[in-house]
Amino acid sequence: MIKLTINGKVHQVDVAPDTPLLWALRDTLQLTGTKYGCGQALCGACTVHVEGSPVRACMTPVSAVAGRRITTIEAIDTQRVGKAVQEAWRKLDVVQCGYCQSGQIMSAVALLSQNRKPTDADIDNAMSGNLCRCATYVRIRAAIHEAAKALA
Amino acid sequence: MSEIIIENLSRRRFLQGSAGLTLGFCLPAIAAGAAGKLGAATAVDTEINAFLRIGADNSVVILSKHLEMGQGSYTGLATILAEELDADWKQVRVEGAPADAKRYNNTFWGPAQGTGGSTAMANSWEQMRQAGAAGRAMLVAAAAKRWNVGAADIAVRDGIVSHAASGRKASFGELALDAARETVPADVKLKDPKDFRLIGKQARRKDSAAKTNGTAQFTQDVFLPGMLVAIVAHPPLFGATVKSFDASKARAVKGVVDVVQIPQGVAVLATDTWSAKKGRDALSVSWDDSKAFKLGSDEILAKYKEMAKKPGLVAANKGDTAKTFAGAAKVVSASFDFPYLAHAAMEPMNCVVQLKADGCDVWNGEQFQTVDQGRVAALFGLKPEQVKLNMLYAGGSFGRRACTHSDYVLEAAHIVKAINGKAPVKLVWLREDDMRGGYYRPLFHHALEAALDGNGKLVGWHHRLVGQSILTGSPFEAMMVKDGIDHVSVEGASNLPYAIPNLLVDLHTPTDIGVPVLWWRSVGSSHTAYSTEVFLDQVAAAMGKDPVALRLELLTEHPKHAGVLKLAAEKASWATPLKAAPGERRGRGVAVHESFNSFVAHVAEVTIKKDGSIRVDRVISAVDCGTAINPDNIRSQVEGSVGFALSAAMSGEITLKGGRVEQGNFDGYPVLRIGDMPRVEVHIVPSTLAPTGIGEPGVPPVAPAVANAIAAATGKFLTRLPFNTTDLVA
Repeated sequence: MIKLTINGKVHQVDVAPDTPLLWALRDTLQLTGTKYGCGQALCGACTVHVEGSPVRACMTPVSAVAGRRITTIEAIDTQRVGKAVQEAWRKLDVVQCGYCQSGQIMSAVALLSQNRKPTDADIDNAMSGNLCRCATYVRIRAAIHEAAKALA
Repeated sequence: MSEIIIENLSRRRFLQGSAGLTLGFCLPAIAAGAAGKLGAATAVDTEINAFLRIGADNSVVILSKHLEMGQGSYTGLATILAEELDADWKQVRVEGAPADAKRYNNTFWGPAQGTGGSTAMANSWEQMRQAGAAGRAMLVAAAAKRWNVGAADIAVRDGIVSHAASGRKASFGELALDAARETVPADVKLKDPKDFRLIGKQARRKDSAAKTNGTAQFTQDVFLPGMLVAIVAHPPLFGATVKSFDASKARAVKGVVDVVQIPQGVAVLATDTWSAKKGRDALSVSWDDSKAFKLGSDEILAKYKEMAKKPGLVAANKGDTAKTFAGAAKVVSASFDFPYLAHAAMEPMNCVVQLKADGCDVWNGEQFQTVDQGRVAALFGLKPEQVKLNMLYAGGSFGRRACTHSDYVLEAAHIVKAINGKAPVKLVWLREDDMRGGYYRPLFHHALEAALDGNGKLVGWHHRLVGQSILTGSPFEAMMVKDGIDHVSVEGASNLPYAIPNLLVDLHTPTDIGVPVLWWRSVGSSHTAYSTEVFLDQVAAAMGKDPVALRLELLTEHPKHAGVLKLAAEKASWATPLKAAPGERRGRGVAVHESFNSFVAHVAEVTIKKDGSIRVDRVISAVDCGTAINPDNIRSQVEGSVGFALSAAMSGEITLKGGRVEQGNFDGYPVLRIGDMPRVEVHIVPSTLAPTGIGEPGVPPVAPAVANAIAAATGKFLTRLPFNTTDLVA
């Protein structure tokens, strides 16, 4: 049994300690907003926050995050920055297929939590680990600027 | 979800619309509305027709017969129907329709249901307008009876039915049950486009909320009671089969429940994904590769180059090219090589199958209903209608989920069969399974020649293509392969729009290459637009002509090509040279192409550094896709097309060595990241013609526009994809 603190709730999960956080979230807790895309921390679809920092859940064993504060897309609207990012995403209709967007939003929230006025270069840097095969990148940039404006 | 009502039809009537359309519906049709989570039926809806239900809570539920894979089909189809219904956009919800080729066929594909070829809007335009207008007429008729007034005096606007003289009003929800009892009108009046309130405006996407809070349901997210997750050990070579396997270590992994052999390999079934993966890693399989395909891509390309030395089957022939080239004052020639490409959708292929006493349920990002349904039914000895397909959002597809051979869907079904249906199974392909699973955009070799006469006029064009057929051996072969020519091998080349008096296009189709191939966003145009448009710039350079001016001279009979070309050139200030920073080279390039009856021109602005590295700064696009149902979605699709096509041009390549695919994940097969995404400006040509597609047509002219920009800056035409930037070192 491993104790995971997710979105403010404590869960006891019965999985092997080497199980990636991604599969504990998805298969054990059915928090399916966090997506599997590559299993190698190459695409960012599985991005969650651990103590507020973006982490790729597919390469993070549950044993490494036991007892730490984990936030997933399902609870991101409880944060002011998270809500602003979601609203900007909706206002600009960023999504296409949508599969990568939980991860994009988690990375964007982490960026804006650190840097309230990111430049295009800041955005490209912070978001470089998040692939979007539909290439919604133009709107991701615009939505991050939009959210920054709303938070100012 | 989707314990869909349509199964519970008490009786069925049909509306014969003016375009011969069928709107099957039922009456009084009480529907269990689909809620977000599996099995949780909530509201009670009234079915007005096959595409429309109205909820007692006043929701308007529009059924999409087409897959939503990012291209905006749910929003687009709902916009058309809601327009004619005069619904309030806020009350509209969209659900995936079930598989039923009688009611939900793609009207361009005859009796088959499916999504592809950028046809979702085009084939549904009349149908969805009729469905909306019929629904509106029935609501009006119900109100007229209830209020005892003339139907002609009743107005509908933003979801409210009203009678001005008496001041009476009713919502759709209040009228729905009565409306469903009305006779379906034999003839409905459609709106004059000048009265459109949603079409051509900015109807927001219907899937934005669910796709930004983690609740959107993809196949990956399906969980059923007792469900097992299957991960399959696939053969390392195409055509290899299982010789023997030792599952003892795999079975010892905690969570592994079963290990079974299927025609596609060996499946490890476990209670969860991670256990299934560990089980597969522990599995030992010995493969029989006696019938496997063992060539590498270099050898395939060398073979194609040999084939290109001889004439192929004629796909297009005009004038007398042999005579023209024999008498030419100048001949320009070039050849082009295109690699295999993986679709690499963000959601790797997956499928959930559950066998029941009376049939089978499938959950899938379902793109090819009729084909998949028939194949799954045949495997289980069921009738097609006993296979229920639940169409979920697809995390991208780009053609991959419309597999001509239903590969991954059948794989899931085979696993369920191998365990005698004892549990529902979610087949999960890991990224490596997806990337090595074949069904690639075929590798192609093109050779082109152009003849200039003594006056420097372009008088002859010869285009020879070598590459595998996508449609031979598929259910579409009879329709699309004529006299040995697979239409999608030559589309974009055999219909070259330029006025050249002598033209020959011929094709070699190798049949001994064992690499499965498939359509990849824009299909044949993904390579033909490149070779034709880059080669034309080479010809323009040889003629000393401006690329835009030459195209316009040659497009006299193709005003739509010319229209988008002029618009893009004007918006890009084509005639004004670009400024380059010291040590950098900059260039502007253009390409125009028609695909799926839509016309797109791009102007690309590119910077090349001393080390040869390329940055695409900006792409200016002009598109003509008929009536713009949702202009913002058109912009979004063109932006995405630019990124998707640029990704392939810069780095997309699946290679084989000894038959083995060398790439497995996004390290070996890099796809475009945000830092390489250019600015994109999209200009839409106003049109009142019926809509054509926009999911694919933005893709083909991107890579040639960029290559032409590179040539403008460096004088070098890149003839191999992906781009080899070492050629561009200053």
